[in-house]
Amino acid sequence: MSDLFTFLTRMGDNTLVLGHRLSEWCGHAPVLEEDIALANTALDLIGQTQMWLGLAAQVEGAGRSADDLAMLRDAWDFRNLLLVERPNGDFGATIMRQCLFDRFHLLLLDALTHSTDTRIAAIAAKAVKEVRYHADRSAELVIGLGDGTAESHTRMQTALDALWPYVGEMFTDDATDTAMAAAGIAPLPSTLRAAWDTQMTDILTQATLTRPDGDFAHQGGKNGAQHSEHLGHMLSQMQWLQRAYPGATW
Amino acid sequence: MVKPSPAPVPGSAADTTPRYDGPVPQTEGEVWAILSAIPDPEIPVITITDLGIVRDVTLIGEEVIVAVTPTYSGCPATTVIGLAIETALRDARLMPTILTQIDPPWTTDWLTDEAREKLRRYGIAPPSATGPEACPHCGATTLTKVSQFGSTPCKAAWRCDACLEPFDYFKCH
Ligand SMILES: [Zn+2]
Repeated sequence: MSDLFTFLTRMGDNTLVLGHRLSEWCGHAPVLEEDIALANTALDLIGQTQMWLGLAAQVEGAGRSADDLAMLRDAWDFRNLLLVERPNGDFGATIMRQCLFDRFHLLLLDALTHSTDTRIAAIAAKAVKEVRYHADRSAELVIGLGDGTAESHTRMQTALDALWPYVGEMFTDDATDTAMAAAGIAPLPSTLRAAWDTQMTDILTQATLTRPDGDFAHQGGKNGAQHSEHLGHMLSQMQWLQRAYPGATW
Repeated sequence: MVKPSPAPVPGSAADTTPRYDGPVPQTEGEVWAILSAIPDPEIPVITITDLGIVRDVTLIGEEVIVAVTPTYSGCPATTVIGLAIETALRDARLMPTILTQIDPPWTTDWLTDEAREKLRRYGIAPPSATGPEACPHCGATTLTKVSQFGSTPCKAAWRCDACLEPFDYFKCH
């Protein structure tokens, strides 16, 4: 499996898994506007998935399509971050997870618009416009809920504390990242950390939330070695049709 | 009593009238003219060329290649638009191929002035760098954002503080 294919599945699996998680809110969000907003964000992410996994399939050259990659792989072949497979929890936890990921996603896509691979630069240029909107929105909501009522503040701090151990994996470099960086295809994730920290500190300060101390980081999502059990449950829902009726089309 | 069904939206799947019944187009300009009559499936007062999503047309004999750019990468209307283009060009007895072109990415700067005016008349505030300029219903300029997202990926929900009516705002993108 080439490093480029692995890198592209990481991009596409992050957007696919998070897009699916957000779509689980459809019809359940606290207010109609937020329901629509979450569904629209999910839609953007699924659209980006089609581009990333479409290119992954093309690079692989094994006759698989984006749909095949999304619907016919099992958990151990997924390369998404552990953060995005975390269950939704309450609305606050969903928004906190979104904010932590959006800031990383935005920095990464901004860098990818300068990729030496023009296909990747083109996808990034398309996606970054959508993700900038997501990042503005999730930051605004984290600030509003953090600096809101005692109840909303407590829930946001609890969500931040629970999700913090999943931050480190976003910025962990491995052999694939080193190969991508050497070819000028993608930045080393670790180089995005300083900007992320600055932005997140600003958001958390405005939100009157306390940044957790620990640097412990769960690993095993982006390399597929140790996904949480939550991914398997999610895939059994998302891939239900293809599992029950293999090869079904419409 | 059974109510008569409403007339199909022009250009929708339910509309079975041919999209085009003139002679076979001989020039790319004639192909553009056909495309400029295809309504956007979600905002039927504007056409797909008003939206700026048709990026290129190449006519070689009876074969025609149309490059289309999506508005938002997950916009469900993209598939419907591709089908509408294909149907219209087949009605014109051409052999169409639809290509998706994402680079450069679509921007609302490509909306024509005519499209902006059509949106306003339809009750949708056209895009602007600083948010909607005026209420599309009464023209007042004191406006409140209700939600960053609206009924389709390209819109946000706003309300007018003067007439209190809600309205869609076509997001600047
Ligand atoms: Zn008004």
